[in-house]
Amino acid sequence: MAIYTEEEARKIMEKALSFSTADACEINLQGSESGNIRYARNSVSTSGHRSNQTLVVQSNFGKKSGTATIDEFDDASLQRVVARAEELAKLSPDNSEFMEPLGPQVYDEAINYVEATANITPEYRANVANSSIEPAVASDVTAAGFLDDSAGFQAMLNSKGLFAYNKSTNLEFTVTMRTNDGTGSGWVTRDFNDVTKFDAAEASKVAISKSVMSREAKAIEPGKYTVILEPSAGLGLLSGLGRAIDARQADEGRSFMSKEGGTKMGDKIVDERVNLWSDPLNKEVPVATWNGEGQPLKKTEWIKNGVVQNLAYSRFWAEKKGVEPVPYPSNLILGGGDASLEDLIKSTKKGILVTRLWYIRSVDPQTLLYTGLTRDGTFYIENGAIKYPVKNFRFNESPIIMLNNLETLGKQVRVEGNLIPYMKIRDFTFTSLSDAV
Amino acid sequence: MKRRNFVQLSSLGAGALLIPNLMMGNNIHAEALLEPGMDTILKKRMADVALNTAKSLGATYADARIGRYLNQYVFTREDKVQNVVNTESFGIGIRVIANGTWGFASTNDVTEDGIKKATQQAVAIAKANSKFQKEPVILAPEASYGEVSWKTPIKKDFKSVPISEKVDLLLTANAAALNNGANFVNSGLFMVNEQKYFASTEGSYIDQDVHRIWPTFGVTAVDQAAGKFKTRDAMSSPMGLGYEYMDGLASEKLVGAAGLTLYRNSYDMVEDATIAAKQAREMLSAKSVDPGKYDLVLEPNHLGLTIHESVGHPTELDRVLGYEANYAGTSFATIDKWKSGNFKYGSDIVNIVADKTQVGSLGAVGYDDEGVKCKQWDIIRNGVLVNYQAIRDQVKMIDQNESHGCCYAQSWNDVQFQRMPNISLEAGKDPYSVSEMIKDVEKGIYIAGRGSYSIDQQRYNFQFGGTVFYEIKEGKIVGMLNDVAYQSNTQEFWNSCAKICDQNDYRMFGSFFDGKGQPSQVSAVSHGSSTTRFNNINVINTGRTV
Repeated sequence: MAIYTEEEARKIMEKALSFSTADACEINLQGSESGNIRYARNSVSTSGHRSNQTLVVQSNFGKKSGTATIDEFDDASLQRVVARAEELAKLSPDNSEFMEPLGPQVYDEAINYVEATANITPEYRANVANSSIEPAVASDVTAAGFLDDSAGFQAMLNSKGLFAYNKSTNLEFTVTMRTNDGTGSGWVTRDFNDVTKFDAAEASKVAISKSVMSREAKAIEPGKYTVILEPSAGLGLLSGLGRAIDARQADEGRSFMSKEGGTKMGDKIVDERVNLWSDPLNKEVPVATWNGEGQPLKKTEWIKNGVVQNLAYSRFWAEKKGVEPVPYPSNLILGGGDASLEDLIKSTKKGILVTRLWYIRSVDPQTLLYTGLTRDGTFYIENGAIKYPVKNFRFNESPIIMLNNLETLGKQVRVEGNLIPYMKIRDFTFTSLSDAV
Repeated sequence: MKRRNFVQLSSLGAGALLIPNLMMGNNIHAEALLEPGMDTILKKRMADVALNTAKSLGATYADARIGRYLNQYVFTREDKVQNVVNTESFGIGIRVIANGTWGFASTNDVTEDGIKKATQQAVAIAKANSKFQKEPVILAPEASYGEVSWKTPIKKDFKSVPISEKVDLLLTANAAALNNGANFVNSGLFMVNEQKYFASTEGSYIDQDVHRIWPTFGVTAVDQAAGKFKTRDAMSSPMGLGYEYMDGLASEKLVGAAGLTLYRNSYDMVEDATIAAKQAREMLSAKSVDPGKYDLVLEPNHLGLTIHESVGHPTELDRVLGYEANYAGTSFATIDKWKSGNFKYGSDIVNIVADKTQVGSLGAVGYDDEGVKCKQWDIIRNGVLVNYQAIRDQVKMIDQNESHGCCYAQSWNDVQFQRMPNISLEAGKDPYSVSEMIKDVEKGIYIAGRGSYSIDQQRYNFQFGGTVFYEIKEGKIVGMLNDVAYQSNTQEFWNSCAKICDQNDYRMFGSFFDGKGQPSQVSAVSHGSSTTRFNNINVINTGRTV
């Protein structure tokens, strides 16, 4: 079993640290157990289990540092890995951007480990596959899906007295249902820290329903449309905004967050209803309360009422600029509203419902322009109801333009560890049609 | 190699942890890269433990892959070395057929006991999954090759080249960029050695030593006053070559359009960085493209990605059959289209071959990861779809009885499955140069280098950008363009293929980290072509104001 308790992890790391003769030494220990099952053509295709654990030692003498790793934790092995890190450090050149390890920190107690998820069995995974395949067969639909679950821990100890430990669990599920006549496709995604919140049959039913609904889609002209983006589709574009918050890139003039003579810190860049933050203790999307550098992670506002509140400063860049470091977010939470998907559809005179976006690629980092396509369930809405499925579109859009064209924010849903609302957006730019089903 | 040379540059901190897990083994000394690893005789003995154990447990087929994966990555920024990472990963993967069903397990405990346990697990998984199996796995026949070996024909092993030499080259390239107008430059060298031993119950024992290399950089010019920046990436290609690729031989340089120097089997990184810096600065004031229909003249280092996305992926048989439906998607190139024998994928001059033996390519090996001897075959002949890419348990589905040799796993601890071979466009048969092609274009755009790329899940609709764009008017290049992307439908695009330059312009583009599967695995693959013209393609302007 690759998952150590806090005490077990501390004991191994303290032993390794006892061998250190460097000016400072930082030790990271991590391990995980994960399992998966993959199915396609209404049959299981592969399944597997992975187990791993690694100890990483970083030693430094002044601004010289060396790193070595090992996956055996007996005394002799620990001694060997520390010696190797020190040997590398002594002979390395000064790193002008090296930062001393942090001293002791105070962390909030994390809530991202659920025992039930750690106890998932191969039988459970097989039943998940069956929960998709059986109803698919009954609906003249073919299922292709993937379930991956994991439990793990990470721990950190350094010679300046810092100690951190976190256990986490996660489950990710996606399934694509394609109608057997090849004209319809539906998809759904679910992810949780807590497996008891997951209902494979319910999720599969959504995908089956979308696939059947999307049969024989009609072609309509590309152009600017009001769209309802399901949370997965919204995240695809918001991720680009999340990656643009680096302060150094902004200061260097090579980021969307750069502007003539400075950065966009304090500027209103999107609709005033947009609030974007990260929070490791959010009950729906909890993550560890510290990052790989041992910095405490707290709730951090990135955009408030449409205004840029923070950029992420590495410890090096913060020191250079004379500001406090701002750690990168481990999750993204976009504030939502009360409207359900049904409410958003009802309030739409003409528009397009988008299940997901696919093959999203940056076109211009200056403007955060992205391209990609809709996939697995795209529907035309008229007078408050879904009228018919439509062929997929290619879009060329920037999350900044999108969040300036905001009509309504709906209820939030967890997607890939983030909390994203349904969004209704006007004038979303579709540039061409795709025949892909 | 002098130990100090490596150590001085190899220990710049935890950046090694930024490498994706799937590419990581344990960090090691550079000297350890030169250690010989497990002896072949011992590998055979260990593989036989797996094969015999599998058979004793009722498996009707088994293969064992003992893999040692040695990687070295060097990263720099301006005048700083950001990181040097040496990694090693070693272990065995065992795949079995029991009850007509696949099972797989792996372990880094390459001892008799460890291998027996993993094999038992593989057989148990096969038997458990057989409950859901609709039809038994049937393998296409393959010869027993006995004890054979194959090695990438390299001239210079990256592992024996001092780190200092590699760092010096990158920092010299960075300096060249900074001295020629760049504000920032990041550069890197990716070097991979796969030492793979394959054995099967059919009697093959195959020892292979595979090498790959990828030098690359990104040069950024900033206009702080205007709040603008532009980046020009390297015109290198990842290659299945040794460190000799970095020699920058004049004999391997080609003259592209608009003053571009392009590279075949030898790369001059310092020269390319110099040109890149000038071009990045030129981009800051280049004209924004007028959208509309253009004839596109596509340079091979650009066209390779178009081939990859619009021909390589849609002709993967596992996608066609639906195994990738939940992730990378399916394919428009369906079985009925292939069976018709007259599906016009492209114009008559479009001939696309799959080739796992092409010298210098990323996908070249002697045998694939299920022991099939590699070969070349046609995918598109005279514009017609004539075949797919398939592996042993698939070819019967297309009425064939011989595997194409496309099986690959990214490491010993991942199960092998169907991956793209090198897929390349044949050069034009008649003498025809790039300059002659440009002379023949009235209204067009010359595009070089890879850029933004996106294609739908069945590979119909795509949009591609590029690294640099030049406007062609009445047979002449008249200036640089910005904000260019072209959109098309795969079949329409390849049917608009009007002219292909000859073999003198032929070279390979490469993709080092091509992802597929769940859990996702990467593979490396090359795509060769000569500069090619496509008529009347829709170009959009990607410029926006925010």
